[in-house]
Amino acid sequence: MILLQAAVSGLLLGAVYALFSSGLTLIWGMMNFINFAHGEFVMLGMYVALVITWGQFGPEAYTPAAAIVLFALGAIVYAGLIRHVMRGPMLSQILSTFGLALLLRYAAFYVFKSDFRTLPDTSLSSTLDLGGIYVSKAQLLAGVVAGLLAIGMHVLLTRTALGSRMLAVAEDRSAAMLMGIRPDRMQALAWGLSAASAGIAGALMAIAYPFSPSVGETFVLTAFVVVSLGGFGSVPGAVIAGLTVGLVQALAGYLIGPIYKDVVVYAMFVGVLWIRPQGLLGTV
Amino acid sequence: MRSKTLLAAAAMAMALAITPASAADVKIGALYPLSGNAANAGRSALAAIQLAVDIINSPHPDLSALPSVGPGGLANLGGAKIVLVSADHQGNPAEGQSQTLRLITQEKVAALIGAYQSNVSFTTTAVAERYGIPFVVGDSVAANITGRGFKWIFRTTPIASDFAANYMQFINDMKKAGHKVDSIAIVNENTDYGTSVAGTLLEQAKAKGITVAVQIPYSANATDVTAQVLQLKAKNPDVVIFVSYTADAILYMKTFKNLGYLPTMMIGDDSGFSDPTFVPSVGPIAQGVMNRSSWAVGEPGSVTYKINEMFKAKTGHEMDDTSARSMQAMLVLADAINRAGSAEPAKVQKALQETNLQPAQLMMGWRGVKFDQTGQNTLAATYLIQLHGKDYVPVWPEKSARMPVKWPMPGWK
Repeated sequence: MILLQAAVSGLLLGAVYALFSSGLTLIWGMMNFINFAHGEFVMLGMYVALVITWGQFGPEAYTPAAAIVLFALGAIVYAGLIRHVMRGPMLSQILSTFGLALLLRYAAFYVFKSDFRTLPDTSLSSTLDLGGIYVSKAQLLAGVVAGLLAIGMHVLLTRTALGSRMLAVAEDRSAAMLMGIRPDRMQALAWGLSAASAGIAGALMAIAYPFSPSVGETFVLTAFVVVSLGGFGSVPGAVIAGLTVGLVQALAGYLIGPIYKDVVVYAMFVGVLWIRPQGLLGTV
Repeated sequence: MRSKTLLAAAAMAMALAITPASAADVKIGALYPLSGNAANAGRSALAAIQLAVDIINSPHPDLSALPSVGPGGLANLGGAKIVLVSADHQGNPAEGQSQTLRLITQEKVAALIGAYQSNVSFTTTAVAERYGIPFVVGDSVAANITGRGFKWIFRTTPIASDFAANYMQFINDMKKAGHKVDSIAIVNENTDYGTSVAGTLLEQAKAKGITVAVQIPYSANATDVTAQVLQLKAKNPDVVIFVSYTADAILYMKTFKNLGYLPTMMIGDDSGFSDPTFVPSVGPIAQGVMNRSSWAVGEPGSVTYKINEMFKAKTGHEMDDTSARSMQAMLVLADAINRAGSAEPAKVQKALQETNLQPAQLMMGWRGVKFDQTGQNTLAATYLIQLHGKDYVPVWPEKSARMPVKWPMPGWK
């Protein structure tokens, strides 16, 4: 029974991992660009949720609000920073998002102070009791949203004209321009979508997880593991990898001991990349 | 190298010659985590230390029970004021070392105070020892901070072995009162603080004949503690002792509720459980959780009550045990500087060695402050408190209890 609970909890946690990792992998797929500030986007999603709760609104209000605010922020970051550093050397591209991460983190320290915050209890704070197996509603919703996002992104990229245009820009910026596609618009959209998914993830995670402005650091490492395990650029890959990491962590933690759960996860990570360097669903 | 040393010596001699004997400010360096995971606790401790400095620097006849407080300024140094220079070590032992070096060599502080996390106190005190600058540790409890043969390190707080013995005594008292305690579990974060306290807890449990069903170390940065809680559920101990920082302590309480499992009793070892955000965040689901403290607000009009009011006016929240211990450390240091009549490190060191404060001179509920050979305060003590509504209330030992122990803990039920 407890083993089953461990598996269920692991999958739910994995769903949350999948949710905040899918935005990171999207940016890579669209632009071959690593965003080290992704954890800070998640953190800002949490604070947007917090600010909205001050107006006595619940998750049905603050989750979309976080998506909208972060979408705007993502687009602004692209227009204000990324568009410019893309012309520079690879190293400055990488370091620019590091700088952005620190800027966002310390701006949040300035505005919100260092206190740990938790969101007030809402309809999503409770758990479902499925015959002795406890399921957190917030995590369940995160799983559903992660699944929908993955399907939505996949459909967007493979079945719509907009998606084709985005992929065309990713493939060859100059050629896409010659075809009459505005690359800046497409890439701003990609950044917006990526940040919005981080915002949704943050808003849903904030229900269960205490947060402070430095919370982003905690998540970004897991996000990178999930993204490289799933294959850089593959949203379905991130979902599968997220669920796998969550499940392996939970089972290893229960069967071998909590202190070893990360050892098992990283061993698996190294093992998979040894056999498939491009990740589970990645392409070379 | 040699000429540099000579130059430094000459510069120091000159500085000493120029410094007027009276009313020069005394600079004290405060090392705390002002950003990072423990920033909240660090900032609160720093605010408490700043409050101590404020009440020393300005006239406070109503608080003159505290040593060196009352006239405004340090009387034996011609009314000199204390100036606090704070440094943020981010909870990182290496950053702590370089900040300590900066405070000593560039800011030229007369003494140091800090540093919250035990592993940071461990490295920063080593730097102070090397430079011969007195360092008063007010909060870190890992055993290895004192006992390294250091001559410049003084620790006012009770340490792991003190309260580990208290917890086990408490558990045995509960058994005698007819409550079932077949086994306990120890859940500890895996840096110096958690590891050393857990080690001491294991020793004391063995000494007092208490079975430890399981010990679970974990990382305080964990994003999830489901596996840990499920393991507790599987072993089903009667009492769980937590050695945790803030985010993880909150996360544990939420995870217990999410998984519908509540141990008969939980004891939190201060730190995260005393963080000002713990009760507002998870108070309603953690009812009856126990904690240790040697800080009590006291009756209206008392010194501690006044201090708490001033602290509330400054920070907006009540004084907690960790911040109070830091503030007490600052008061002890100021008393030593005042008795030394000088900010010269060697004189302050000697005065610290001679410290002998009585309970009435303290804001903490200790039996006094008197340092042994290793620099550890031998008269520190602690009592156990339990969360009732929004407040921790002293419940053990019986003579300081304001309420009987509520057993089992009600949690969210």
